[in-house]
Amino acid sequence: MFGQITYRQEKKKRYYAGCATVLGESKSMRLSLTSPSRGTWRLWRAIALDACMPLLAVVVALCLGALVLLGLGKDPILAYGAMFGGAFGTVSGLTQTLAKATPLILVGLGVTIAFRARVINIGAEGQIIVGALGATAFALSFAEWPGWFLLPLTALMGALAGGLWGLVPGILKARLAVNEILSTVMMNAIAFQLMNFLLRGPMLDPAQVAAGTNIPQSAALPAQVWIERVVPRTLFHWGFFLALALAIAVTILLWRTTLGYRIRAVGFNPAAARYAGIPVATVITLAMVLGGSFAGLAGAIEVMGVHRRIVEGISGGYGFNGIVVALFGRLHPLGVIPSAFLFGGLLVGADQMQRTVQVPAALITALNGLVVLMVVSSTYWSQQRIARRQSEAARPSETHAKDEQPLDARLTPDL
Amino acid sequence: MQAFPPRRTTSTITSLELRGITKRFPGVIANDTVNLSVHGGEIHALLGENGAGKSTLMKILYGLYQPDAGEVRINDQPVTISSPQDAIARGIGMIHQHFMLVPSLTVAENIALGLRSSRGLRLDLDRVSAEVQRLAELYGLRVDPKASIWQLSVGEQQRVEILKALYRGAELLVLDEPTAVITPQEVDDLFAMLRQMRTEGRALIFISHKLREVIALSDRVSVLRDGRLVGTFATAGKSRSDLARLMVGREVVAARADNSHPTEHAGSVALELHGISAQSDRNTPALHGVTLQVRAGEILGLAGVSGNGQRELAEVIAGLRPTSAGTIKLAGKELMGNPAERANAGISYIPEERMRDGAVLEFSVAENLILRNHTEAPFARGPLLDRSAVDQAGRDLIQRFNIKTPGPHTPLKSLSGGNIQKVIMARELSREPAVLVAAQPTRGVDIGATAAIHQLLIELRQRGGAILLISEDLDEILALADRIAVIHAGNIAAILPHAEATPERLGLLMAGVASEVT
Repeated sequence: MFGQITYRQEKKKRYYAGCATVLGESKSMRLSLTSPSRGTWRLWRAIALDACMPLLAVVVALCLGALVLLGLGKDPILAYGAMFGGAFGTVSGLTQTLAKATPLILVGLGVTIAFRARVINIGAEGQIIVGALGATAFALSFAEWPGWFLLPLTALMGALAGGLWGLVPGILKARLAVNEILSTVMMNAIAFQLMNFLLRGPMLDPAQVAAGTNIPQSAALPAQVWIERVVPRTLFHWGFFLALALAIAVTILLWRTTLGYRIRAVGFNPAAARYAGIPVATVITLAMVLGGSFAGLAGAIEVMGVHRRIVEGISGGYGFNGIVVALFGRLHPLGVIPSAFLFGGLLVGADQMQRTVQVPAALITALNGLVVLMVVSSTYWSQQRIARRQSEAARPSETHAKDEQPLDARLTPDL
Repeated sequence: MQAFPPRRTTSTITSLELRGITKRFPGVIANDTVNLSVHGGEIHALLGENGAGKSTLMKILYGLYQPDAGEVRINDQPVTISSPQDAIARGIGMIHQHFMLVPSLTVAENIALGLRSSRGLRLDLDRVSAEVQRLAELYGLRVDPKASIWQLSVGEQQRVEILKALYRGAELLVLDEPTAVITPQEVDDLFAMLRQMRTEGRALIFISHKLREVIALSDRVSVLRDGRLVGTFATAGKSRSDLARLMVGREVVAARADNSHPTEHAGSVALELHGISAQSDRNTPALHGVTLQVRAGEILGLAGVSGNGQRELAEVIAGLRPTSAGTIKLAGKELMGNPAERANAGISYIPEERMRDGAVLEFSVAENLILRNHTEAPFARGPLLDRSAVDQAGRDLIQRFNIKTPGPHTPLKSLSGGNIQKVIMARELSREPAVLVAAQPTRGVDIGATAAIHQLLIELRQRGGAILLISEDLDEILALADRIAVIHAGNIAAILPHAEATPERLGLLMAGVASEVT
């Protein structure tokens, strides 16, 4: 049987079978592949396909979600219609989506930087909280300062607090090889309890005390540090554009600076980085601090732009969703932007779906998980595709060896 | 038939055939419709450069990989070998390059490991010991069954691996580069043992890229190149250059006598180590007061069996490992500080594990070339990285060092092993180091790139660089080094001028026979 089908034929068959199942290719398309320009066109198509891969992952995840909806006896088209309509279809939905995308972008950027140094930052949730606490405490303490001065400093203070929260697991990992996943999760718990304590004691809003309601929230920030809304009477504020600018800044950081070069070198191969004289421990710590400060900034911006005070649950799950956003954005700062937009939309749309077809919004959380699974497996799948392309290219050609110089036997002692 | 051990599960293997074996990996076709047939009572050499597909083919035979196409036939019956257990049950044994032994257990315990005891839950180590003793005597393998593995030399451990395979009833034994890790004297013992097994009718597959050994030992030789079988030939009548041509696929210039050892070139002392002691990764002493000097314009070869302190010595010089005693001087000044400071002082280092320690495979060629000096002008302008300067330097070095790559932006991992090593060489040599520590610079590199790398080392010597060449390949050391130091158990056993160094003498020193030191 193996004698009949040659290796080349078999491979070709598999290649096309793989493409056809994905794209639903027509027969005419397959024929056009045999034209002379086939190589280039195949390459471009492959690149396009790789770029579409995350979207494909979402589609597959949504299809699986549809099965769940069907199992619950709900109409998936109605449900998804409500979800996407709610998130992207109306001005109010769209502004909410953008408002939620803002912290997601910032956290996603922080997670991306840390990931690039092979540090897995699960601590964004806690870093958001301390960032929000730090920014609030600072702005309330210096409430009489002018806005042009106080506003940037408040944001910076949030970043600083988040960075500090990243410094601890960073040092623990770099110096003592403590697993950063464990330590960042612990730091989350500490941040959470710190917020509980502060919002029920030292930072509790005096107005709440006076009214006797004691809702755990701080006093309102001085108005000069409020971030203006882009669309009045919505939550969509100018912080979104700051997040966009920072995404570009992180791109420059990672690929156009020596620090970014070091972060990537350490992330890809810490041993080689050490051998080349890069201070690996410092770079790891720095990446963690940078990651923490982006999450801290997200907390500060959330306080200044949305709530105008710190409230319980300020982190809103952004810390964990930010990890999903970063992964879905292929750990690229610019990939984080559309990714955050999509996941912001899913969060907003979930409420709408819940109202329209009475399914729990928790289904969206499950969908998020499915998307992550799909993205991870699609990465594997596209690596296989790349490998197949490369093994085609790696096939030794007949003329390969002939044009090389004869060997000098003095230098090849084994001859 | 007395010779066979008691647990034989198969009848003799009279013939083994691999038909049309194809195996693909990401980026390569490791085996492309390879045919191979081996008979009982022959030593069959499998020859090929690194990456030619020898190991893959043997892993398929041993059930570690499944072929994408093709079949394995034993005694003319098609068989499926889905795991090493399967292979062992069919009488196939394999001696890996890296031994699979538990250091804290004894020889007998290692051999019994994974086998069913004849006494139910209780161990019957006495019987195993007796059987091992019998087998060892039969083949003249001097091994004490009650000794712990960690007490044995590498050569002895190899014998234990062979005993283990024989005990499990191996009728066909695959030896993956068995001579790479042992001394020349141990090689002779090994060959005698293999010949004895041949006369008993066992089939032996001997993997090597050392032509001399192939000619000395094998009856037939199969040559692999780029994953394809070039052909199977009777070894008798083939010369080394015949085999080299088959292996490399192009003409090889006839060997000339090597007389390029002008020790008078050597200048002042560039690198001086005095009484260096250091610990291994497991915090056991690895170096005991190593003292040596390397002069400018000289290649000092450091010969030794792997794991005798070579890696630790190289890392100590590069600043990657702390010393517990001793001083290192570079041109008379004490060498201190972290790896980056030492690199700036003029030390370059080509690490032994080049894929792990030498390069960032995910980075492009150009990015790898600036790994050492990315913070220096012209690559860094303040905190920013000047991409055009990086690309320009990349293109220059690619041309100067004849690195075969589509361009500076190609990811390093898509290059061949030899070209990856050239990238590392380019990075380390373009700094014009005063001292170069080159650890196993040509291991796993094809012959063409090996020649280029040797040429680069010679050129550096001519420019007045001091080179410490650490190699397990005696031929390489004898071809390049002006003086040869032998390291054994963390001590420098001797330092010989090139004229006094013969393979036999070096072999004895490497084995730690100190009485031979004159």
